Parts: sequence; C-alpha cells; structure tokens
Amino acid sequence: MLAVRVEELTKDFDGLRAVDHVSFSIAGGRIFGLLGPNGAGKSTTLAMLSTVLRPTSGAAWINGFDIRSDPSSVRKSIGIVFQDQSLDEELTCYENMDFHGRLYRVPRRIRQPKIGELLTLVGLAERQGDLVKTFSGGMRRRLEIARGLLHEPRVLFLDEPTLGLDPQTRNHLWAYIERLNREREITIILTTHYMDEADKLCDEVAIIDHGRIIASDTPAALKRQIGGDVVILESSNNDRILPHLQALPAVKQVELRDGAISIKLDQAERHIAELVTRASQDGVSINSISVHKPTLEDVFLHFTGRTIREEDASGKDRMRMARRLWRR
Amino acid sequence: MDIVYTIWLRNVKRYLRSRSRIIGSLGMPLFFLLILGFGLNSVVRGPHMGHGYVSFIVPGIVSMSVLFTSMFSGIQIIWDKQFGFLKETLVAPVSRLEIMLGQTLGGATTALIQGLIILVLSLFVGLEVTGLPGFVLAIGFMILIGVAFTALGIAIASRMEDMHGFQLIMNFVIFPIFGLSGALFPIDSLPVWLHSLTLLDPLTYGVEGIRYGLAGTAQVGPLVSLSALGAFTVVMVGIGAWLFRGIQI
Repeated sequence: MLAVRVEELTKDFDGLRAVDHVSFSIAGGRIFGLLGPNGAGKSTTLAMLSTVLRPTSGAAWINGFDIRSDPSSVRKSIGIVFQDQSLDEELTCYENMDFHGRLYRVPRRIRQPKIGELLTLVGLAERQGDLVKTFSGGMRRRLEIARGLLHEPRVLFLDEPTLGLDPQTRNHLWAYIERLNREREITIILTTHYMDEADKLCDEVAIIDHGRIIASDTPAALKRQIGGDVVILESSNNDRILPHLQALPAVKQVELRDGAISIKLDQAERHIAELVTRASQDGVSINSISVHKPTLEDVFLHFTGRTIREEDASGKDRMRMARRLWRR
Repeated sequence: MDIVYTIWLRNVKRYLRSRSRIIGSLGMPLFFLLILGFGLNSVVRGPHMGHGYVSFIVPGIVSMSVLFTSMFSGIQIIWDKQFGFLKETLVAPVSRLEIMLGQTLGGATTALIQGLIILVLSLFVGLEVTGLPGFVLAIGFMILIGVAFTALGIAIASRMEDMHGFQLIMNFVIFPIFGLSGALFPIDSLPVWLHSLTLLDPLTYGVEGIRYGLAGTAQVGPLVSLSALGAFTVVMVGIGAWLFRGIQI
C-alpha cells in the first residue's frame, strides 16, 4: 500500500510559487528524502502534507486519507518533528510526552508504559523528570522524535532532523531513525539539505529545486544515472597500459589527467582486480590506485549545474543554527 | 473536554512552577494597595468609603491583579508561537476552539489565584469580609474578569507577530482599562463625561461587582454588573475563538 501519494501539489505565496506541481509516492515502510537547498520548497511541501498549510492546487493522500477533505484523520496517522524546536521548556521531559499523549487521546493505561518505552528507545529514560530547558540540542531532538511516535503514527515526518547538530549526535540520530524504520516499519519522510544524510538514510530520494522535483529515484540509481564510478590509477608507465585498459570490456572511458589515468566504469570494486592484473601483465607497476564513487552532491551538480553548498544559508537558518549552538 | 483540561493543566503547571512570576506580578498590586491605600487613607474621604480608603480600593486592586495576569496569560500565546510550542498543539487532531478554551480557562485560573492572594493579603491591612455569600460573589466576578481578559489577550495575540507590540498593548489597552474602571476612585463623584466613559469600561462592572460582594455596597447594582460583565465575557470568548481560528504559524 502507498503510505504517501502526492499529485501535482502546488503552493503560491503572494504570487511566488514555492512548490510547483510536485508529484511523488512512497511505499509503506520506506525512508523517503526530499533533498534540496534552503528555500527549495521542502518545508512547504511537508507543511502541506501535514495539513498545516492548505495547498493552492493539487492533491495528496497520507495513509489513504485526503489532506484536503480529511485533515483530522491525516493528523492522527502522522507524527511530525519540526525543523524548529516545539517543546515546552518549562515542562519536564515526561510532561512533554504526557501532554502530547493526552492531545492525541492516547488512553492512560497505554500512554504511561508507552512513554517509558519510547524514552528508553531514545535513551532519555533516566532524564524523564528533568525540565527540558536543561537538555542539549541532541537530547531535545531525540525527545521530539520519541514524542512524535507516541500516538503510533504510520508515517513520520522529519524536517531537517539533524540541522545544527554536531557530527556525533547526527550519527546517533541516524542510527535511531534507521532502527525505527526497521523495527517498527514506520514510513519516514524527511527533508534535508545534507547530501550525506540523504545518501545514508534514504531508500529513495527526490531532488527538489525551486519548488520542482528534478530527479527522483534510489540514491544508487541516481548516482548511476550520471555515469559510473571513477578509478584513478598512477603507474610507472601510463602511456603503455592506457590502450590496454581501454580495451577491457568493463571500462567505459579512459583519459590521462594530471599524470594519472582516470577510468570511468560501473561497479568499480568488482573490476579493480582486472585493472591491476592487466597492468602487471604489461610489466607496469602501480604506484597508487583509488576508487571514487559519485555522491549525491555530484547528482545535484549534474541536474542543477551548481553545488548545493553554493546556496548560502539564509538568515533564518543562521539564526536557528546560532540558537542551537547557544543552547548546547 | 479532556483536551481543554490538558491545555488548562499545562498552563496551571507552568504557572505554579514559576515562582518568580507569581511574586513578580504581586509586586505592583501590593505597591498600589500599600502606598496608595495608606498614603491617601487620611486624606481621601468619600460617601462610599465606610471603612476608609484602603478598604475601598481592595476590590480595585484585586481586579487589577486579575486583569494584568489574565491579559498577560492570553498574550503569552505569542511566546508559544515564537518558541515553537504552539505548532505542537496546532497540528494535533484537536479543534482550535478546544485549544482556545483550554488557554482561556488556564489563564483565568492563574489570574484567579493571583487575585485571591491579593485578597488574602488584604485581610491583613484591614479588609473586612461581610460574609461567605459576598465572598463567593466576589470570586465569581474575579472568574468572569479572568475569562474575559484572557480571551481578549488571546484575541490580540492571534493578530500579533511578536512581543514588540506588548508595550503598546500595556499602555493603550491594559492601563486605560484599569485607570477608567473606578478601581481607585468612586465613579459617582466624577464629571458626567468621565462618568459615562467609566461605564463603557467593562472592568468597571467587575470592580463594582467585587466591591458589592466584599463591602455590601456599590455604585452599580450587582445585577447590572453581572449582566454587563457576563455579556462582555461571552463576546470576548467569541472574538478570541474566532481570531484564534485564523492564527498562522
């Protein structure tokens, strides 16, 4: 069954088109990433899917519920972790969970054990009596994820889940997200402008730029689409082995660049032995050999003609980052 | 109802936890009560001040305390907006009316507690309560003031982006409402134009209602006070709920 189906979703703000006829669908139990620079329309798309914003046109169904005609059922069946914190800092960790459980009408006899279980899952069980204002950025994020799961949603929305977090905390969070998806079969839709995050976590990625989806597939397929891997090989006699390497069936293209041979091919790790054997047959010794796999960064560059990092963080984002750093 | 209770519970918990806020917002009313009350006690004599000026202004100071606390509780929604917590409540599968009612009752409860503290402290500076029914009547009026002005605060907050406008609200809404209400002076002795202005102020009926409950006499009849303030409360809750429905996050 499709967990999410989006058709031609569009949102205009005062004549500015933030989301432009976006369509995609997500099968149940998958992790889907909306990848794009700041201001690409990711958060707006998420806001429409979570029924916070009304779309200008287009339609979408979450767990089979129409976001326009049945927002209440949509809300009951999703969990959301916003880009900006949405905890009450004056309440304790447990009270934040309890408040959420009551809002979603989770009966007390289920609510109490469930809160304990989820806090254990995200490693906050021992801090449940502490006020949230004493928590670090990573702990707050984990608490928000646990809170989003309390009413057992089938789809979890994560808006820039690791923005402004340090690398160690990010790794932990990724592990949590993967575990959630695997053990509880929760469909996860996340937005990010971190390429590595999308690559590591997502089963499927839609690259979004200026409100449009410009490419959508598995990360591996996207990378294959722009050409395969590259092996850089330095040897004692480049000219001698170059034509022989070119003749190998697996090799697509060979060129000499900066005193090294650059070989384009698919699934480099499978064919690297052939390259080495070929060189030794010619009696040429190899000084160094390295495999370069294309990243989603290269994919983004390929489709948009620029790197995602060229996009300066907007003022709002900088403020967010500063706030989180300051909290930690 | 359980949703209204949940939101109410959160507000009351937060309030009871912030001792500095409780004590801080007792400061100004106590200051008014003691400085004005004792400062003018020997000078001010009026037809309605049987037990002296201090006793006369106690209902006014109690109303002031309830007014300030409730307006502030309502406007606090802006904090929730800025700190992101409002999103958490708005995306839940609950109606905005439930959220608004929970906020209103929560704000009114904290305002009532604040007013009761002043009332109890007033017993030490010479307030004489005429009897239990009067006391209950006074509490009834305090609840009405609390509900009405928390709702007004929510209505204003629903249209405000951030706390920058708060000073404006303070100076052009809260203080005029307090100043014109007859909290500090008997409205009967005012010039006609000012007197009719005080009768347009909803808080006047709150003050007079509490005064009737505590002292047994007032310049506006208790039934008139009750219907005027009651009607104002209903209208405010209506407007607050309507504006809160359109709140953007």
